[in-house]
Amino acid sequence: MALPSYASPLERAWHYAYLVICAMVFFFLIAPILVIVPLSFNAEPYFTYTEKMLSLDSEGYSMRWYDSLLTTGMQAAEAVRDGAWWSDLWHNADWVKAAKNSVIIGFWATILSTVLGTLAALGLARPEMPWRRTIMAILISPMIVPIIIVATGMFFFYSNPCAIVGLECGRLTSTYTGVILAHGALGIPFVIITVTATMSGFDQSLIRASASLGANPRRTFFKVVMPLILPGVISGGLFAFVTSFDEVVAVLFIAGPDQQTIPREMWSGIREQISPAILAVATILVVISIALLTTVELLRRRSERLRGVAAH
Amino acid sequence: MSDVASQLTTADGRPLKAALASAQARAKRRAFFLVLPLLLFILITFAVPIGQMLQRSVYNDQFSKSVPALTQWFAENPKGSAPDEAAFTALASDLLLMKETRAAGDAGTRINYVVSGTRSMFTKAARGADKLEPPYMETFLDLDEDWDEPQIWNAMRSAASPWTLDFYTIAFDLERDADGKLQKVDENQRVYFRLYIRTFVLASVITAICLVLAFPIAHLLATLPMAKANLLMILVLLPFWTSLLVRTTSWIVLLQGQGVINSVLVALGIISDDGRIQMIYNQTGTIIAMVHILLPFMVLPLYSVMRVIPVSYTRAARSLGATSWTTFRRIYLPQTIPGIGAGVLLVFILAVGYYITPALVGGADGQLFSNMVQFHMTKANWSMAAALATMLLVGVLVLYWLYDRLIGIDKLKLG
Repeated sequence: MALPSYASPLERAWHYAYLVICAMVFFFLIAPILVIVPLSFNAEPYFTYTEKMLSLDSEGYSMRWYDSLLTTGMQAAEAVRDGAWWSDLWHNADWVKAAKNSVIIGFWATILSTVLGTLAALGLARPEMPWRRTIMAILISPMIVPIIIVATGMFFFYSNPCAIVGLECGRLTSTYTGVILAHGALGIPFVIITVTATMSGFDQSLIRASASLGANPRRTFFKVVMPLILPGVISGGLFAFVTSFDEVVAVLFIAGPDQQTIPREMWSGIREQISPAILAVATILVVISIALLTTVELLRRRSERLRGVAAH
Repeated sequence: MSDVASQLTTADGRPLKAALASAQARAKRRAFFLVLPLLLFILITFAVPIGQMLQRSVYNDQFSKSVPALTQWFAENPKGSAPDEAAFTALASDLLLMKETRAAGDAGTRINYVVSGTRSMFTKAARGADKLEPPYMETFLDLDEDWDEPQIWNAMRSAASPWTLDFYTIAFDLERDADGKLQKVDENQRVYFRLYIRTFVLASVITAICLVLAFPIAHLLATLPMAKANLLMILVLLPFWTSLLVRTTSWIVLLQGQGVINSVLVALGIISDDGRIQMIYNQTGTIIAMVHILLPFMVLPLYSVMRVIPVSYTRAARSLGATSWTTFRRIYLPQTIPGIGAGVLLVFILAVGYYITPALVGGADGQLFSNMVQFHMTKANWSMAAALATMLLVGVLVLYWLYDRLIGIDKLKLG
């Protein structure tokens, strides 16, 4: 993107203006995410940088909001930090409970959407697949349909799933199963998109080659197909996990008090009285997303290498 | 030729044509069976709930389930007939039933949706339903002189059947006058029309800003060498991977009255301490936060199109004497149209149905379509919520169909 030597002064000026504009857009994208990180160490309950913070005085910084994350909701937060205190923390602290719920729901929703999604992507990649376009459109729709419509629909349906056949059979609202099913459905599009993208570079003749060498379909799948598409599957799974981990509207409608997740706690935190403790959670989530993004990027490169797509 | 083909057979004597057809059908079935579990899962956990909810927009039995006598009177008397003593007798017997089943509030609410201010007439009459005396017509008119209003009786006639279009009528800012004709509601009560306009305008503004911001950086990413581009791409992808709530929180922290931007401006002396700018909990806040959230959805499709535009085209244009502006306008820009189309449609679709950010930072005038659906849900007005949801869904699905036709849903990439 170097400037050609024949560029006129005006073009040069425009080129530098363009670079400045780009820098500003990148700044706009990234600064809001980073600005909250130091603020979460604020010693004061303010949302702006105090003078002590700006002068890098260690008194201006503290871990108090991280501490309050742990202790809110505990029965004896002030007790000596021994085994009983940690067990109290594990069982009673609000944010710990929320984190546990987020992980449980995210894990099972990811398993659900990754297994079903990968199977479907394998089918969609076959040249004989009938009605591919329509089916693809249906499978991607959870990403497109506004979440409020999905959540209200699920709220009614899950409060009595058998009503559709005119029966009563208990409810799925306020259960883990309900939230997991909902998040599983919402994660599907991401798995489908990621895995079909991986499959698009997949050489179908490898399957025939494997079959002609005497491998049965199962052996072909685990020995030939799986190793090649695994990076794509893992990326899809991570996308599905992040979708569930970040989802709040379906949780608002479907979950009961026992299934409060991290986003759900943040939601009420932001709506009621926003405290720097929220910023501490946000910082932790930013660190997690950096870790996930790095993983996905590494997987993508590995996948491109495996498929022989030259880096250009 | 076809004769020859039909004569060819496989080793076990079947015609080759038939063998091929059955093999192809088998391959089709196999491929379909791989997709089937997921398709069933999506249908049951996703499509059926939405379909069932949509049905509520045209089905509401709040009133009809507790008025057997009135339903019969409506069936016996044609539309437009004035309520007579028999009608009020039927009403009295139904109100007595409502008192026993405690359904008066529900039934009254249903009529209240169509003719406001009528809920209390039902609850009041039902409370004293066991003391109502013939002649019923006079008794009711003593209770409330509005009881013979044709508007109320028209509303009851319509609500006596659970299938109704009343909620769509309301959603189009229409009401029925005394003769049952549709008319526009008063100018200052046209809440829904204003909501549609606001949602459309805000979504368009957000899409336009996203396009303006995304275009230069997508171009930069597409023209830089791969290694540098990948590094800069992380700056686009990191927001994409960061929790929505985290990003919304960040904007609250930055934009609020005591927030970072205002404090910086005060410290620099640009604004005074009591002149802090209100940038959040209004439309400005919604636009800024949503642009930030949706920007990656614009950058990614633009980038994937721009990356494959050959540099030689622009060079050729320059060497043939075009100025840099002409080159951009006539050569480069037309080639990016597919990317612009994909990004604009995707961002617009996502913006129109957005819920979380407007709900948290929208204030009073930054609320969008989805927030109105949620509002009716909290008011337990299921049918109204469903009617609005249906309209939103239809709009989004039309855009989605357009996206699939123009760009193809399989072209969607994430990072």
